[in-house]
Amino acid sequence: MDAQETVRRHIATLLSGQRLATLSTCSAEGHPYASLVAFDADPDLSGMIFATSRATRKFANLSHQARAAMLVDNSGNVKSDIYAAMAVTALGVTTELTGAAQDEAVARYILKHPHMATFVQAPSTAVLRLAVDVYYLVNRFQKVMEYHVGR
Amino acid sequence: MSDDKLILPLAAIRPDDIALAGGKGCALARLDRAGFQIPFTMVVTTGAYQHFVEANGLQEKILLELNRKPFADMRWEEIWDAALRIRSMFLNHPLPSDLDQAFQQTLASPFVDRPAVIRSSAPQEDSAGASFAGIHESYVNVRGHAAILDHIRRVWASLWSDGALLYRQELGLAPESSAMAVLVQALIVGDYSGVAFTVSPMDVDQSVVEAVPGLNQGLVDGLVAPERWILDRATHAIVSHTAADRSQSVVPADQGVRVADFGGDGPQILSPGNIEAVAALARRIETLFGSPQDVEWTVVDGEITVLQARPVTTTAASEDDKRGWYLSLRRSYENLQQLRAKIEDDLIPAMIREAEELAAIDLAPFSDTELAAEVRRRVDRNQHWSNVYWADFIPYAHGARLFGQIYNDTIKPENPYEFADLLTDTPMASLKRNRQLEALAAGVRDVPGAADDLRRGRMDNLPAALRSSLDTFVAQYGTLSSGITGDSEGALAESTLVRLILELAARPGQSPARQSVDHEALVRRFIDAFAPEERDWAQSLLDLGRSSYRLRDDDNIHLGRIEAQARRAVREAAARLANEPITAEAAALREVLSLMPPDKAAPAASADTAAHGPGLRARQLVGQPAGPGLARGRARVVATPQDLKAFQSGEILICDAVDPNMTFVVPLAAAVVERRGGMLIHGAIIAREYGLPCVTGVPEALQFIRSGDHVTVDGYLGIVIIGPANT
Repeated sequence: MDAQETVRRHIATLLSGQRLATLSTCSAEGHPYASLVAFDADPDLSGMIFATSRATRKFANLSHQARAAMLVDNSGNVKSDIYAAMAVTALGVTTELTGAAQDEAVARYILKHPHMATFVQAPSTAVLRLAVDVYYLVNRFQKVMEYHVGR
Repeated sequence: MSDDKLILPLAAIRPDDIALAGGKGCALARLDRAGFQIPFTMVVTTGAYQHFVEANGLQEKILLELNRKPFADMRWEEIWDAALRIRSMFLNHPLPSDLDQAFQQTLASPFVDRPAVIRSSAPQEDSAGASFAGIHESYVNVRGHAAILDHIRRVWASLWSDGALLYRQELGLAPESSAMAVLVQALIVGDYSGVAFTVSPMDVDQSVVEAVPGLNQGLVDGLVAPERWILDRATHAIVSHTAADRSQSVVPADQGVRVADFGGDGPQILSPGNIEAVAALARRIETLFGSPQDVEWTVVDGEITVLQARPVTTTAASEDDKRGWYLSLRRSYENLQQLRAKIEDDLIPAMIREAEELAAIDLAPFSDTELAAEVRRRVDRNQHWSNVYWADFIPYAHGARLFGQIYNDTIKPENPYEFADLLTDTPMASLKRNRQLEALAAGVRDVPGAADDLRRGRMDNLPAALRSSLDTFVAQYGTLSSGITGDSEGALAESTLVRLILELAARPGQSPARQSVDHEALVRRFIDAFAPEERDWAQSLLDLGRSSYRLRDDDNIHLGRIEAQARRAVREAAARLANEPITAEAAALREVLSLMPPDKAAPAASADTAAHGPGLRARQLVGQPAGPGLARGRARVVATPQDLKAFQSGEILICDAVDPNMTFVVPLAAAVVERRGGMLIHGAIIAREYGLPCVTGVPEALQFIRSGDHVTVDGYLGIVIIGPANT
């Protein structure tokens, strides 16, 4: 297995094992904003799906600036996290899903988060997809590798 | 852990208290209960160790230190560095006040006028089913409460020494569950002492008794050769006796021990009756424990005291015990001094002489048959010196490390590498070469048109003095094109040497100067930390460290010269084969060419996306901080000697290891990154000499960094960032 495949598998394992991610957005005035979202990742790692009420600050921010970052990690709030935990930051562009794409995403999302079915299917909820350009995988405290999707 | 379990008398230790008192502590407690005479002993329990570690957050610091990289990716030098930093943590963090108080209450009074022996007693020593003898540290003749506490810390730290870390890894023991109990014993100054194996490690039908005059430390540390008796295990009859030189023994010094000379042959150590008494005692201990035992003992006025007993784990049937290799990672001062004399008085002069003799031989008149024989001889000589390098020069690197450890134990500096500042005030062959290069560059800079003449190969136009200096340099070091010192292959004008002189000449006065360190003050502080009668020894330890440090640079230069002469003969053979018809004589030449290629092989390297996948890049790689500072610049990956030619001022040198034969580009570099790791490896030493940021032990440096990449080298944290900050 080459190094790229090893890194890709580390990322896939982390994304499938975690339920929540920290979404970073930016307001029209340039103010950064971080919020927790439940997510599901595409099997080929090309994107991450999440949902939010259209009334939220993050939705407003994304309506203005579609570029966003998502942080996923497996830290357990213990001292060994500093060297044992792994984190992935995904960078990309978000779009709101509609039609068949939305239906497919919602079905997958509910498989991972069955208790969120009502929320994700509510008329006021937007289903969004972060199309990922690059993942930054951080482990052993300071080692950082970049995985460019689709190359 | 309640305070009453921090330090315990031996009588309070039960046989199953291994987790609390360690294997050695439990064995002594059992011997005590069975009525054997043993020294007065207090047990500093694993509870005390854990209390100290937890109060100072050391567990997390140690694990962070050991988890920077996968352990399997760490070279021994890096593990030694990590062990040094961990040792420094144990020496410098404060004792929690309740532990300090417990030490005061339990140890101060019994040892107020009594010298102590501080012994390791780790629980894993027994659970491992393998001997840890010698892996952890013990100290003999420690006097005074403060010194006892200091040595308890050192024994704790020895749980994390390079040898202990590697040995535990081999045995599959997890570092995070390790703990250490310490025995504080009264020193018994025996008339004679020794060890007894109830089953010989060499023959299960025999027993062994060994004895030395004075303290047992002489035998255990290999400082005094013992007399040895082999006994039949069934009949107890003496099978053989090996005499030894009885002119020396190890005796207590003011602190610690020293080798004393009797000035003649001492008395025979054991009478036949004594031997039987020792062997019988060991057999009784075997019966008590129910397994073969390795017993340390000492005799005062005819009475035998048992110092310690442990199971015999190394027998002829268990040949896979590699403890000896891990023990060889620690070398004594005496052993290193012997090695120093051999290297400085015999080996280095012989290498220099041989390189000069080989260089003086004109190969042109040799017939093809003679040349083939000469190639064979030179390749053999090169192999011989390469073997010497591994057998003697590499182990001598422990000299600088021994000095570093004793410096840290004595001074307890905040920076555990402060000792390296005392080592660097010493001339190194490659720095001398670099100064000559700087002088040549200055000569070119000062003479209008000289740079152009040099570039175009018009050497006859150069001023006579400059030409002469250039010729002298080439005669001594070669043209620097092949990566072998003294090799002069190819045209001078096209050489790396000329390219380098031109690059240096174009950047006047920019060579980074060594950051000023007050060596004198550091040396004075170190020497003054010793008692007046020990200061000569401290000075000779510093000399040993400096000599060892210097050799890590010089040995490669000397070895390079021998290799260059072997390769010169190989090239002559290759050139003849290219120009001559195939004859019977030429066939002999062809045969010897297989012994050594004419050009030095390039190490496997270079960033190749096919090797790691097109979508993968490294953003930040982790190594070891080996030279403080922060630098940004373009990477120059040096994978072959030919890559050196393209090196430009201000670039970041990225390489497998700074080969001493390529040190000359370092003054041009803004920082150094090496795949190989360690604070005391050659590249790190040279980078610090020039005050350059340096990160070593970056396993993927050559895999992911390409020449021309933007690179930031953080020599404080040991990280390398690839790409501009805003991407």
